[in-house]
Amino acid sequence: MEQLRFEFPAGAPAPRRVLVGVVGSGDLEVMIEPGEAGKTAIDVTTSIDGYGRVWDAQLARVFNAGARAAMRIRIHDFGATPGVVGMRLAEAFEALAESKGDA
Amino acid sequence: MNQTALLSRESFVELGARARAHALLDAGTFRELAGPFDGLTSPWLVRQGVVPQGDDGVIVARGKIGGQPAVVLAIEGAFQGGSLGEVGGAKIAGALERAADDNRRGIPTRAVILFETGGVRLQEANLGLAAIAEIHAAIVDLRRYQPVVGVIAGTVGCFGGMSIAAGLCTSLVVTREARLGLNGPAVIEQEAGIAEYDSRDRPFIWSFTGGEQRFATGLADRFVEDDCNIIRDTVAALVAQPPATPRSNQYDDYLRRLAGYDTGAQPEPATVRRLYAGDQQ
Amino acid sequence: MTQDNSTTGRGEAWLAALSGNAPRLPGYPPSVQVADAAIAGRAARLIAVVPDPASPFPRARNGEVGLLEGWSLARAVQEVIALDENPRRPRESGGPASLTSPEKSLGPRLRGDDGRGDDNSRTGAKRPIVAIVDTPSQAYGRREEAFGIHQALASAAAAYAEARLAGHPVIALLVGKAMSGAFLAHGYQANRLVALADPGVQVHAMGKEAAARITMRSVEDLEAFAATVPPMAYDIGNYATLGLLWRTVPVAHPAAPDAADLATIQRTLADALADIDADPHRDLRSRLGGENRGASQRVRDVLAQQWDA
Repeated sequence: MEQLRFEFPAGAPAPRRVLVGVVGSGDLEVMIEPGEAGKTAIDVTTSIDGYGRVWDAQLARVFNAGARAAMRIRIHDFGATPGVVGMRLAEAFEALAESKGDA
Repeated sequence: MNQTALLSRESFVELGARARAHALLDAGTFRELAGPFDGLTSPWLVRQGVVPQGDDGVIVARGKIGGQPAVVLAIEGAFQGGSLGEVGGAKIAGALERAADDNRRGIPTRAVILFETGGVRLQEANLGLAAIAEIHAAIVDLRRYQPVVGVIAGTVGCFGGMSIAAGLCTSLVVTREARLGLNGPAVIEQEAGIAEYDSRDRPFIWSFTGGEQRFATGLADRFVEDDCNIIRDTVAALVAQPPATPRSNQYDDYLRRLAGYDTGAQPEPATVRRLYAGDQQ
Repeated sequence: MTQDNSTTGRGEAWLAALSGNAPRLPGYPPSVQVADAAIAGRAARLIAVVPDPASPFPRARNGEVGLLEGWSLARAVQEVIALDENPRRPRESGGPASLTSPEKSLGPRLRGDDGRGDDNSRTGAKRPIVAIVDTPSQAYGRREEAFGIHQALASAAAAYAEARLAGHPVIALLVGKAMSGAFLAHGYQANRLVALADPGVQVHAMGKEAAARITMRSVEDLEAFAATVPPMAYDIGNYATLGLLWRTVPVAHPAAPDAADLATIQRTLADALADIDADPHRDLRSRLGGENRGASQRVRDVLAQQWDA
């Protein structure tokens, strides 16, 4: 198990908190809360060691792509592929954009 | 079931725990307590290299059922096999305790437990076990005032110390996919040998511990389709009934029935149906 | 398949000693030993689950709690509740609406309840029940699953819990193993848990040998690892840090008590009874203070804060 930390520049704090996913085999949980203005901080706890660079590359693609709200994000990962990670992140952003909050 | 009905059926089994709790509560009344953002993760998993979950695998949802105050305890079977650790166990026990206290203050809070669990989480062993003992205590307390309804839907089923909790419930709802047993098949095979219990023989396992058999032998009260609407309606009807003599008080009846079994031979499912079904009160 | 039988016979030995060799109640299977005797000058019931090598159930011959044991434990305890029932106690007016609904729906046991639940101690009126615990596990077998061993164990747990709620002081005396489902059924519903301070006394969710096999380690490796995580440890010292035990008591001969050992435990039981009598609550809240159990109380605090919207 590894614990990784990433930070990216961001805008104003996100409007609400959301949770998507479960920590099941091949899956992950993404918890998003409003972050400190200007910064998105991501803590990843993952069951698979040695994939720091893969996480870095994927998260950089997602969070450097365009202006995003400032978020505090916790990811609990149980061996999800990058495809599943991307899907859960997309789900989380969609939930953030909806008028209802917690999943 | 005709094609229209089949297509319009919404599977309960395919839902995660949070969505199941939503499905059982009156629309718009769901409110999660001690949730994932409250920082109550397991104090024991990270140090053992196991990735935690924000809600520790248990959702506590307050709301209404049929307009009456209720709390739904939903176990997430996808996280660590639904096994109970210190925090998840405390969420269930603590919520049941509060529901009983409500009743002592004149508020008729009833409880529903969604069992999707292998029992104690081995990484938290004695704290999981202690929490389950407290769950038992709280069910026996609360069921004096209001029904405590258990639902076992599958695919994990209900095993270990939580199968005892299921046996304490006022009533139990099961599906065909469900299993209810004390010991997991793999452990029985390991302890007693494959001739005693073949953990890879699915029809064998379901024939003894599956929802249909448990219902047919009077160890479950309702056997239902895997459909959200049907399960919601079934639960709503059961939580509204007055408390009755629990199955767990029928020890003399069970001893009498068991005395009719020749222990020399292994039983067949039909053996149990013959001895247990019919005339139980 | 090895079996650790080093504590076999402790339940029987302590039951005999504490009951002054009182006759065992008839009508129970040989694996469930029930005796009525005085504890601290009060009439009490003592119950032990012991090995029965001739049990009709082949998978329940080594002191496991199986089908017969579960339902028989329920009978032994429910009998006590019935003996000390007081149906002529006046019911308080008011209280939760559901308790004034037809009394018979609550069953005879609970008719005397005035609706204040666990805040009603009836000192001296309800006899103590002592569960003497030395049991290696629940029974594992096809017969057991087929006939609903989960339900048999639930019957036992319910009986002990109902006795406690009805005001009976229930004490669990751990003299050997107190394992998983067996302990849930016989002992874990007690007001107070007392344990002998001895390596033969172990509480756990799964026996060492079974846990080692399932996690594919040697028993030694498992023990060493488990000792580093308090809730996983097998020894009674680590278990005590969880705050579940009321007292741990050293005796010279844990397997076969002599007169001094007996006197020690009799004094302990008397102290436990006094502690229960002085306690206005009949629930398990006294178990929430352990240094290694902080999260259990924190969860309850959060639930309390958030319960009413």
